[in-house]
Amino acid sequence: MVAGVEVTPNLVLFGGIASAIAICAVGVVALNNPVRSALCLVVNFFLLAFLYFTLNAETLGVTQIMVYTGAIMVLFLFVIMLLNLGAPLVMKEKFDLKKVAGGFMGLALLAVAGAQILPGLVGFTHPKAVEGYGAPPVIGTALLTDYAYPFEAVSILLLIGVVGSILLAKRRI
Amino acid sequence: MNGVPLAAYLALGMFMFATGVVGVIIRRNPIVIFMCIELMLNAVNLTFLSFARYQFNQAGAMDSQGAQQSMVAGQMMVIFVMAVAAAEVAVGLGIIMTIFRLRENVDIDEMNLLRG
Repeated sequence: MVAGVEVTPNLVLFGGIASAIAICAVGVVALNNPVRSALCLVVNFFLLAFLYFTLNAETLGVTQIMVYTGAIMVLFLFVIMLLNLGAPLVMKEKFDLKKVAGGFMGLALLAVAGAQILPGLVGFTHPKAVEGYGAPPVIGTALLTDYAYPFEAVSILLLIGVVGSILLAKRRI
Repeated sequence: MNGVPLAAYLALGMFMFATGVVGVIIRRNPIVIFMCIELMLNAVNLTFLSFARYQFNQAGAMDSQGAQQSMVAGQMMVIFVMAVAAAEVAVGLGIIMTIFRLRENVDIDEMNLLRG
């Protein structure tokens, strides 16, 4: 164990949730059937929302459940079912030397970034943000005062997304 | 949650990001590649939120206005990332469905033309 970190029930709980998240993340990449990958991703996002709650960001935890597991993953599963990609033998991915190289590149990325970032941050075990910093009134006030222009820009972006997806779904382009 | 070091959250986010990168490199199904991109975006969201919670550069200045603003800055970033991800998924899956309708095949190695 790292010096200065004592094993508390909180840490054990975090370890359990984090390892489940890591297993689900590996499952998304490793499973061959896209439906199974999507379901792994649903579990991953749901547990990630729990971690947002442990970080006291309640608003964003609820938003995570609604937007990601509610809307985005339903869209993914809908498209998979529509294209019938869930059936086996639709798309067989063969073993390839490229996959081994990709795995090594991922490990190298993890090692380099971890060695650069993590050692300087080991001492920070106590959060300094005040209680209630992620409550809905705080977020809403900031969103409509300091961040009003980005908020409007996002609404234009979503409008463009709606128009684009309707255009792409037309019978004749 | 008290007692959990900041480095633990960052390590988890880093692992998720590396998994997403590996998935984008090695998979050939475009929908799974999209899912891996979502995984990377969520890893970044987790990193933003843990930095917003731990405030590791604002030692002893909790009452100032700068500290107040930096507290919501991370969460605002996460909200905008979520909005961009929603728009991206809607348009991206539309493109994949159009390609499937034209070619009956969604292997990403065979998509090498910009026109159908």
